[in-house]
Amino acid sequence: MYQIFGDYIDILPPDRDSLELSFTSSSEDIKNLWKNQRLSAHFLANCFINFLPLDENTPEEEQRIKEAQGSISYVANELIENAMKFNLETAAHQVKLGIYFLENPELVAVVFATNSVDQIQAQAFQAFIKELLGSDPQELYISQVESSATDDSSTQSGLGFLTMINDYQARLGWKFEPLLADVIAVTVMAQINV
Amino acid sequence: MANQEIRGEDYVVYYNANAVIVTFQGELALRSPKEYAPIKDLLDEVASSRPAVMTLDLKKLEFLNSSGISMLSKFVLGLRNNQNIQLAILGSHDVPWQRKSLRNLQKFLPSLRLKVE
Repeated sequence: MYQIFGDYIDILPPDRDSLELSFTSSSEDIKNLWKNQRLSAHFLANCFINFLPLDENTPEEEQRIKEAQGSISYVANELIENAMKFNLETAAHQVKLGIYFLENPELVAVVFATNSVDQIQAQAFQAFIKELLGSDPQELYISQVESSATDDSSTQSGLGFLTMINDYQARLGWKFEPLLADVIAVTVMAQINV
Repeated sequence: MANQEIRGEDYVVYYNANAVIVTFQGELALRSPKEYAPIKDLLDEVASSRPAVMTLDLKKLEFLNSSGISMLSKFVLGLRNNQNIQLAILGSHDVPWQRKSLRNLQKFLPSLRLKVE
């Protein structure tokens, strides 16, 4: 039995191009090479813009493509950074980063990342998600920065999500799906209009 | 305080002491606040030398992750109690993250001179 929070599309329509990258959680090189996250995000963005029914030869659409590329790079990088950072070391499940687009009728980029967590991590994450969904994201961003400025030890929890919501108007959703006794797959989905 | 440079694989941050300008270039996506500490320390050190005007030139900083935005936000917030320093930030409309996120810095420091062009 899985749990959904926020704005999550559980089953994506199968009639669209999509792209998904998978990393094994045991591949030390991937974890150690932190820049892989940023390169994966750029790769995803660069591939994705070719899916869009936009013409780069018209100045207006060229600007829109550039904007979409920047937004997807930022959002995908945040999602894969989190997925890698919080992935359960012992889980033999892959970390995934993917993208999909919808036309309903405006163009929406759907970026998602999956990693594994244990029960304790899942509960802490769900508590944070509930706080996030129940708050004013602008105010929460300011209070998170202010509290992290006075306390160096605090993790800058959620600033990535908050910048996605506030600056990129991302609609976020989360899915928690039990895999084994103490292994839960978390998928974070960000939808952005492009 | 003398000129300084912090160089990573894909970025460089350098301080020009004569002009009191810290210039950021490249792509910056470090893992955690701890890894941003050398850059934050450089900014704090420049501010503690009490210049009348301090400038951050971000025009050629093509990419910055949320940890980096957070580091900048904290630095800007820290200047709120230091009214003697006029902070200026230069950005570029051609760099998507700057168009999206730079204006938020003004919330932390209303006196900030933000020039995005």
